[in-house]
Amino acid sequence: MIPRHLLIAVAALLVLVVSMGFYLRHMRLRAGQLESPAADTSPVAPPAAGPTETVTLYVADDALGGLRARSAQIPLPGGRQQRAEDLLRALLRIYQQPGAAHPLSPAADIRAIYLVDPDAAVIDLNAAFADQHRSGILSEQLTVNSLVETLGVNVPGIQRVNILVEGQTRDTLAGHADLSDSFDVRTIEQVSSP
Amino acid sequence: MRWSSETQFRVPSSQFSATQSPLRTDNREPGTIIKKVLAVLLTSVTFLSALPSADNSDKHVSVYSTVAVYSVPVLDRGGREYVGLLELLEPLGRVTSQSAGQRWKLRFDTVDAEFTAGKTRAKIHGHDADFPAPFLIENSRGLVPLSALSALLPRFLGGHVNFHEGARRLFVGDVAIQPSFRLDAANSPRLFLTFSAPVNPTIATEPGKLRMIFKRDPIVSPGSQSISFDNKVITHASYSEGNGDAELDVSASEPLMASFSSDRKTIAISSAQPASATPSAATPAPQNSSSALPAPTTNSGNSRLLAVVDPAHGGEERGSALTDTLAEKDVTLGFARILRHELEQRGFAVTLLRDADTNSTLDQRAAAANVAHAAVYICLHAVSQGSGARVYTALLPVEGPSNGIFLPWNAAQSPALPTSRVVSAAIVAEMQNRNFPVHASSASLRPLNNVMMPAVAVELAPGENGIDDLTSGNYQQRAAAAVAEGVATIRDQLGTQP
Repeated sequence: MIPRHLLIAVAALLVLVVSMGFYLRHMRLRAGQLESPAADTSPVAPPAAGPTETVTLYVADDALGGLRARSAQIPLPGGRQQRAEDLLRALLRIYQQPGAAHPLSPAADIRAIYLVDPDAAVIDLNAAFADQHRSGILSEQLTVNSLVETLGVNVPGIQRVNILVEGQTRDTLAGHADLSDSFDVRTIEQVSSP
Repeated sequence: MRWSSETQFRVPSSQFSATQSPLRTDNREPGTIIKKVLAVLLTSVTFLSALPSADNSDKHVSVYSTVAVYSVPVLDRGGREYVGLLELLEPLGRVTSQSAGQRWKLRFDTVDAEFTAGKTRAKIHGHDADFPAPFLIENSRGLVPLSALSALLPRFLGGHVNFHEGARRLFVGDVAIQPSFRLDAANSPRLFLTFSAPVNPTIATEPGKLRMIFKRDPIVSPGSQSISFDNKVITHASYSEGNGDAELDVSASEPLMASFSSDRKTIAISSAQPASATPSAATPAPQNSSSALPAPTTNSGNSRLLAVVDPAHGGEERGSALTDTLAEKDVTLGFARILRHELEQRGFAVTLLRDADTNSTLDQRAAAANVAHAAVYICLHAVSQGSGARVYTALLPVEGPSNGIFLPWNAAQSPALPTSRVVSAAIVAEMQNRNFPVHASSASLRPLNNVMMPAVAVELAPGENGIDDLTSGNYQQRAAAAVAEGVATIRDQLGTQP
């Protein structure tokens, strides 16, 4: 015969298990209710086939020794930061096409753009962008001018631009163009026209 | 490598001006003057530490060739004098080297050579070559005994090589200039020294003697070490050479002065007494004209403007890979040596910030130019894409907060930037006159931002013959002549040297 005190202990444990099960189910339902509204407000990638916007890209031309303004229709989100990143990625794609007038490595990419002050932007390039960039004053300066002017013209309010590589400051892009200081958008606009 | 003895340590406080110094000095209060002096001293002490050691200029061998005139340092190893073979051959042709353990391979144009560390025999163009002391390898550099150059170099260069070993002067090809003397004693005695090519000596005077030191001219003995003149005023002249230089001394019973003809092939030496200094109407040698050539060089030539030429990159920092075997650092060095010659021909004193395969930081380069108080700074680059040349002025960064009387280091160029643009425009105009393709722009290129004087960067790109142009002496000569002439045309706007 099972002792009485053991029966009482097992019954108490069963009650406890069932209670915990109900409490767990309750907590999961509550957690689900909290997550649902947050998911609605998170940023989403811009739709590739969504509404497009006309922007002006300043495209480097080695033979010209300057920048050419080129209009382009690209889908852009409303946020400044995402807009800046998409702009420069669109610019980068031009340089990565075969026969580009200012070729850049297919592995080159914009890691991120940070809008750190109302008027300052930081472009973070990946390592391949800089490591595989052609070395030379003109080539490097045209790349810098192209990035800075495209950003300054299409993202309202940006006056200064810094360029990082893999999140770190770097002395030069590929041995010549100095990246240790901010670039003034207006100055670049003045000098970059051929 | 070798620094110009005329310009190395001149740091007078009076040189700081409101237009060329990053120090803003706009009043004459005593406190401001003290601040200014202190600032100059501090800046000078800081920047002087960036200069190469004076020991580097102790021993060198001067090389004279039709392609380039340059000098390379001589190193003492085990009681013998050595020289870097790669550095010696670099300006004379296309040269590459490869070090593997104890073996060191060198290719000069089409000549292959193989050396072994510690051995006194090498294989050059398939033949054995012996030299009097072991070959050395240091940091992948091949060092050969200086005394072996007479035997080694003809095997690489193929032509006539004359090495004055005692004086460390190496003549490649038929480049020697022999002076001739003619004394005109008809009126006031005048001694005419005539040369077969333009010369540019440093001239110094001392009681009873006028000393001409030829650092970059392939002057050789006039036939006799000493020449006596049958004259009471100008008594005799003597020739000597040593440590890469040649020297002509003229002795006299009166103080002397020298003047150059406009083509710099004749130096007229006469008494400095007023009556004697008046040129005779019958004097056959032309007098110094008012052309773009320098003023008469008297004493140590302090009236000459100083140009600092900076061959970019160097050492382990190779710059652009122009081809698989050609680095930007090598092209800039060769180009700089030619530009130095062209500027000197136009009366500038020139300092190269490197004259060998060495590297300095960008801050060190800027500091050296600032300490020297150069009238103009020219940075040289090379690139494999494009054509012709590009001339750049500084693209200054966003100006940071002012630090009292100081300008930010990265904006030190700002007071001189207008003149820099004048220099750039003059070079561009001269290149266009010579049908040399050229493009002018601004670039965020250090150390242009950090130098206080007018500053430009010249990037040499290939010409009609493609990448081979970058190592072509003729192509570099054309570009260098245009740059030098452009700078010379606006010399009046470059200020004066102390």
